[in-house]
Amino acid sequence: MAEAAAPLLPTQKEVAEHDPTSEIMELQMGPSHPATHGTIKFNLTLDGEKILNCDVEIGYLHRGFEKMCEQRTWNHCIPYTDRLNYASPLINNVAFAITAEQLLDVEVPERCQYIRVIMSEISRITDHLTCLGMAATEAGAISVGFYLMESRETLYDLVTAVTGARLTVSYARVGGVTHDLPHDFAARVRTAFADMRRILSDCDKLLSKNRIFIDRMSGVGTISPEDAISYSLTGPLLRATGVPYDVRKAQPYSGYDRFDFDIPTGTQGDNYDRFSVRFEEIKQSMRIIEQALDGIPSGPIRIDDPQITLPEKKQVYGNIEGLMNHFKLVIEGVKIPPGEAFQSVEGANGELGFYLVSDGSGRPYRVRVRPPCFFGMAALGEMLRGCLISDIITTFGMVNMIGGECDR
Amino acid sequence: MAEADIFSHIETAFPGTIQEQHSSHGNDTIVIDRGDLPTVLSQLKEHPDFAFNLLLDITGVDFFGKEPRFEVVYHLHSLTHNHRLRVKVRLTEESAELPSAASVWKSANWLEREVWDMFGITFTDHPDLRRILMYEEFRGHPLCKDYPVNKRQPLVEERDPITNPWHKG
Repeated sequence: MAEAAAPLLPTQKEVAEHDPTSEIMELQMGPSHPATHGTIKFNLTLDGEKILNCDVEIGYLHRGFEKMCEQRTWNHCIPYTDRLNYASPLINNVAFAITAEQLLDVEVPERCQYIRVIMSEISRITDHLTCLGMAATEAGAISVGFYLMESRETLYDLVTAVTGARLTVSYARVGGVTHDLPHDFAARVRTAFADMRRILSDCDKLLSKNRIFIDRMSGVGTISPEDAISYSLTGPLLRATGVPYDVRKAQPYSGYDRFDFDIPTGTQGDNYDRFSVRFEEIKQSMRIIEQALDGIPSGPIRIDDPQITLPEKKQVYGNIEGLMNHFKLVIEGVKIPPGEAFQSVEGANGELGFYLVSDGSGRPYRVRVRPPCFFGMAALGEMLRGCLISDIITTFGMVNMIGGECDR
Repeated sequence: MAEADIFSHIETAFPGTIQEQHSSHGNDTIVIDRGDLPTVLSQLKEHPDFAFNLLLDITGVDFFGKEPRFEVVYHLHSLTHNHRLRVKVRLTEESAELPSAASVWKSANWLEREVWDMFGITFTDHPDLRRILMYEEFRGHPLCKDYPVNKRQPLVEERDPITNPWHKG
């Protein structure tokens, strides 16, 4: 048990031997600190500016997501999943729907799979742009923050065109998606990407070789690959340490094995590598979207099964069977046979998994979400040990905690 | 590793410990006794045939009204072999406790704190078992099925703005 316990801290005597003027100080940072975008508390043990220990306290944004989901029908849970990682809500939607479909043992039509891939990747880009933009702003490069936010806004316009909302999209359904892509979607995406490539190239020039930025990021918040695996880190945090694990490649879902893309990895496992990995992933996501737009087949966007998906509006208003079908599905929910399933997708911050237990009624018996940034927060104390107080801001920014997902 | 393969490997590595095994919806599952948990988990991680080095998740399920009442579910992934396994332990309400896995995976520390916080399942020899998502003063364990959905436990007493408006003290 010794290795799992908190490491022994130096005593006051040892600190004083090293530097007679120094003393160990306890500092509580947060829960509402202006430099941390998220409600979180750090209980710091400091020797001057140096962090000896950092105990992270989470839970300030706990809303009882899992308990709420147990009270609602399966499709009612979709809007709740929007509020998990609100920087990439489409990925959460898709993850929940895929897991429920696994419980039903059904597969959605090919066009729906393509749409889900396109929308997930757009969400991944918006999430990375948010993370990088905020991190750059916090490190002082505020113009980069503005450029990336501007670029993100062009993508939110695309998301709005498809789903009708910027953030709270509620786009996926068990058995499909709500609506098809607009007819000029491919052209709009290409225009947006042309813009984004220009902005990304500008930001790359502004940051990647910027002396101040490198000094703030490089060698800070380092974690070894062994520790990263032991802390169950996934996504950019794990890949920055050089472990090429990506759920899209390792356990492909929604037809990701059709697309050609690379997994960017880092070498040091520090903040600069995390930054570079995310930056490169934006480009890979754009590659995937372009391939998907070229190859998207026509066809239905949801399963044609009255037990699972809602009937056409023409049927609902036109005949009694359609009306009853609609009513039963909305009031009682999709009847999912008893069983359990765990399915994960590659979220923007790492592996996002849902573990669903059904008892055969229209409501989930148990909904468990594996939130990727929960593990990043657990490892944050380890990453920060030996760093300075100012490094908390950049490291916390690169871990990219999203309160809604971490605290649920 | 093929699915039949992993079960036979497990059967050879831990003879007599597997109470139940099945593979539903593509997830291979074994059910074991809590007494065997420390050896099985550390073997699953260390043994080169399994190498489940990534602990994906630990969670609980409350089957209120049934016996045994609780299930604790571990989801494991191997970065080496790219295979997955679900390990389950069943616990009765009277003795809802099991050994901790915090010495095997560091992430188990926080995950087990959450299971304790949400279900009241105790992990013996856990290094730091305290609440994680709820606050220290919170009573009860909210994800248990017998915890009322609408129950509220505010730390500061809620003020009714009609009968007790703020400007009247």
